[in-house]
Amino acid sequence: MSLIVPFRDPDAGTPPSRVEDYRSTLLRSPHHRPLAVPQTLSEVTGPADCWDRLMGPALSDLTTQHAGPPIGQRIIVSGRVIDDSGRPVPNTVMEIWQTNAAGRYVHIRDQWDAPLDPNFTGAGRVITDAEGRYRFITVRPGAYPWGNHQNAWRPAHIHLSLLGPAFATRLVTQLYFPDDPLIEIDPIANAVPMPYRQRLVCRFDIATTEPHWALGYLFDIVLKGQDQTPFEDDDHDH
Amino acid sequence: MTIERPDRAHRNPAPRQDNLDPALFGQTPSQTVGPFFHYGLPWKGGADLVGNSDMGARTDLFPPEHYKLNLNPQHALPLGEVIEIAGRVLDGEGAPVPDAMIEIWQANAAGRYASLVDDRTDLPLDPNFIGFGRSATDAGGVWRFKTIRPGPVPGPGNSPQASHIAISVLGRGLLKRLATRLYFADGQGNDLDPILNLVPAERRHTLIATRQDDGVWWLDIVLQGPGETVFFDL
Ligand SMILES: [Fe+2]
Repeated sequence: MSLIVPFRDPDAGTPPSRVEDYRSTLLRSPHHRPLAVPQTLSEVTGPADCWDRLMGPALSDLTTQHAGPPIGQRIIVSGRVIDDSGRPVPNTVMEIWQTNAAGRYVHIRDQWDAPLDPNFTGAGRVITDAEGRYRFITVRPGAYPWGNHQNAWRPAHIHLSLLGPAFATRLVTQLYFPDDPLIEIDPIANAVPMPYRQRLVCRFDIATTEPHWALGYLFDIVLKGQDQTPFEDDDHDH
Repeated sequence: MTIERPDRAHRNPAPRQDNLDPALFGQTPSQTVGPFFHYGLPWKGGADLVGNSDMGARTDLFPPEHYKLNLNPQHALPLGEVIEIAGRVLDGEGAPVPDAMIEIWQANAAGRYASLVDDRTDLPLDPNFIGFGRSATDAGGVWRFKTIRPGPVPGPGNSPQASHIAISVLGRGLLKRLATRLYFADGQGNDLDPILNLVPAERRHTLIATRQDDGVWWLDIVLQGPGETVFFDL
């Protein structure tokens, strides 16, 4: 009999589904509260140790995917994937996508007046090591306008997607940069109540910075964890 | 003369809290995938857990030189009954959602998950089946997977769960992943399924796929309003 150790509930930093200021949520957020059900084997399991087969090998340098180097400030983003008890999440996949330095996506639906960079796609993928550490190299993304309201601009951000160890730990988030004045007025970042919004702001780090080469930023990702003590699933209701 | 390092004693303190501030430690908040994820997440073949087709990707949305995702590695046919599951994602006005993404997670034909946590070694793993898939919705809001009908898996206590597939819904306007399930209309044990039985009877149908004339198991995912899909607290 497999042990069912449920993952913790979302904490106070979780955004609501509906946010008045982020207009796309208005018709896409459920009216019903999500239904509380016990976690079963289906929720506490997830793919593991199969990232090459499933998604392909790691792509940790977004600056070497084309004939030449992309334009922009080269940066290193590094950190750990851990759970909310501080335990590392080793050998887990994190997918990455972002704009180029001018704030333009390679996507055809992004047609704003900023240049594309033939040497930059902005897609990557890393696998955490035994201590949950990851590191990737990219260029600093730019801000971009969007249609949410008059003169709306997204702060520069990197999209990050993690499966974690189980179906229950799925997380997609966005990393923001320190001292970006657009964070304060961005409806998506501000869907996360303060002070928790600041969990999404990375930290400049001189020790991660490489002399004459790239600025370094630190960003830890914290996934839902499990209670310390596993229990038999036929002994408990939860 | 060059100065090796600036005087660190005179650095300004960080202006406000950030990701690494111990006072803020906790789960990283969720954010939307936005509308531009197609060159970053859904790979060619991500929605084909059986064969080696390109299902799942939206290569019409970015130039081919920017396809950096997986080229679906060839694999042999997994064991079990091959099925196709599909449906639309619909918003609160019944309009299709063309910039959503569906992920599935399921057991193999024998009812075993390809996960270390599923230690029921009496049931076989299938070397050709992981059980995770990803499909972007198309211009009509339709998602589609080719997969294997999963075997039943155990639930809480001694209650077996009916055959089902765990589903994540992501998309522009979704600040958080929505979690739901797909059951089969002819599924053995649906009436005794411990999770289905926690769903109000009048909403249970939102989790049950019906077989169309062409054999496809169809389930619309309604994000809001009348017929709203049951989403689970996860
Ligand atoms: Fe974005």
